[in-house]
Amino acid sequence: MAKNQGELTAVLVGKKKEQRRLERKAAAKNGVWQNIVLGSLIPAILILIWELLSRVGFFPSYQLPAPTVILEKIVEMARDGSLFGHIGITTYRVFVGFILGTIAAVVLGALVGFYQKVEQLFDPMIQAFRSIPSLAWVPLFILWMGIGEPSKITMIAVGVFFPVYLNIVSGIFSVDRKLIEVGKMYGLNSFQLVRRIILPASLPSFLVGMRSGLGLGWMFVVAAELMGASQGLGFLLVFGQNMAQPETIIASIILFAIIGKLSDWVLKKIELRSLHWQDRVVK
Amino acid sequence: MSLALRNVSRTFNNVTAVQNINLDIKPGEIVGLLGTSGCGKSTLLRAISGLDNEYDGEIEINGQVTKEIHDTTGFIFQEPRLLPWLNVLDNVTFGLNGKRNDKEHRAIEYLESVGLIGKEKLYPRELSGGMAQRVAIARALVTSPEILLLDEPFSALDAFTKMQLQDLLLDIWKIYQSTIVLVTHDIDEALFLCDRVVVLRGQPGEVATEITIKEERPRNRGSEHLARIKSEILDCLDLSGTKS
Repeated sequence: MAKNQGELTAVLVGKKKEQRRLERKAAAKNGVWQNIVLGSLIPAILILIWELLSRVGFFPSYQLPAPTVILEKIVEMARDGSLFGHIGITTYRVFVGFILGTIAAVVLGALVGFYQKVEQLFDPMIQAFRSIPSLAWVPLFILWMGIGEPSKITMIAVGVFFPVYLNIVSGIFSVDRKLIEVGKMYGLNSFQLVRRIILPASLPSFLVGMRSGLGLGWMFVVAAELMGASQGLGFLLVFGQNMAQPETIIASIILFAIIGKLSDWVLKKIELRSLHWQDRVVK
Repeated sequence: MSLALRNVSRTFNNVTAVQNINLDIKPGEIVGLLGTSGCGKSTLLRAISGLDNEYDGEIEINGQVTKEIHDTTGFIFQEPRLLPWLNVLDNVTFGLNGKRNDKEHRAIEYLESVGLIGKEKLYPRELSGGMAQRVAIARALVTSPEILLLDEPFSALDAFTKMQLQDLLLDIWKIYQSTIVLVTHDIDEALFLCDRVVVLRGQPGEVATEITIKEERPRNRGSEHLARIKSEILDCLDLSGTKS
């Protein structure tokens, strides 16, 4: 009997839990909707005003076309398929450059972080290179690698490298010595210390580095494509300028904003997933 | 396991923190290192643990002189020092090797003895100070250390949690009979827990006196006998020296 009762309460508790879970889910959903509505309120009003002012001719259409014209331009490019070519090639460049830059930064950053000798050898040089504005490399890279993909991707990789590198090194340096002592007390060797304590402890700052690196990657792809490209969103900017088509320029800017934001969102998701243990203020 | 210190001294940048410490600790004994702050108690404990190996003199663990970290030694720090990215269960299994299942079984056994059953999936940020310190205790005990080193393990806790965990420590000691070295500045704590209290004094710290406490456990925290020893220790520490 007692057992049955226990089961019954277990079922009841389970039901309650389920209900609470559903409620929480619904509340979260409401919250998301509210965020979306609140966040898009002001942009929507601004776009509306812009559209009206364009219609009445306050903005000359050869300088600032109406939002609907820009949208039409995007739809038109999507229809003839050129849009996906531009987006694809630009995303590809950023992606490959980002991966290469991050790998280089992880390898060098880890070595500098773990071995004092390597730090003494490399860090001053890397810091010196960092103070060169990265865009200054462009002419040299074009001279070395031509106008094709390699120079552009190298450019982006260089841009991504520095924030990731700096954050990894500072992440490793700031790992709590007290936690390392815990590891030592359990007889972990250097490799295990790295894998089980130093890496997880420096993960937050690594992810911060990746996000700012990605931001720089998008910045550098514009620079690289402005210098010379036959396809890509950056190319659309130059093309729009040469053809006196402001709608092409603005369409390209908007697309940059959208995919830049999307890629950052992906990284942010990864960050939330892997850093859920952090004790931070939840808004 | 027995533990012996022979002429142990430790100097940091020409400043001697402790000098000429000689100590013999029998297997299963609970020894308290008591002293005012800055007399080198923690330094001594770190030397015994092997976390610090730049001391002079010899430390013998079970007849073996070693400066390395001994794998049968457990250390409970002043702070919990849990790994924030692991949940309670994974924190406790951190120092264990072997199959995941076996490790978790052992961990749960110890979590039960520190009264944290049902909290396995919580992360350190979700724990109170006392709970976190219990996890730290479970983590140190789960490897069945034959020597347990405690560095003011309860000093950051409130009075009630402190007493609770002191009782817990004695319960566990009764079962596993580890040799315990406890660093503390709390005379009552030392008198309640220890078989022998070693009083350190001065800068550099030296052994001022050793007091053996014969009273049977469980001890009464307010007993007259302990109160008399307490005043003896206070006299020995000569705290009034700071007044004059």
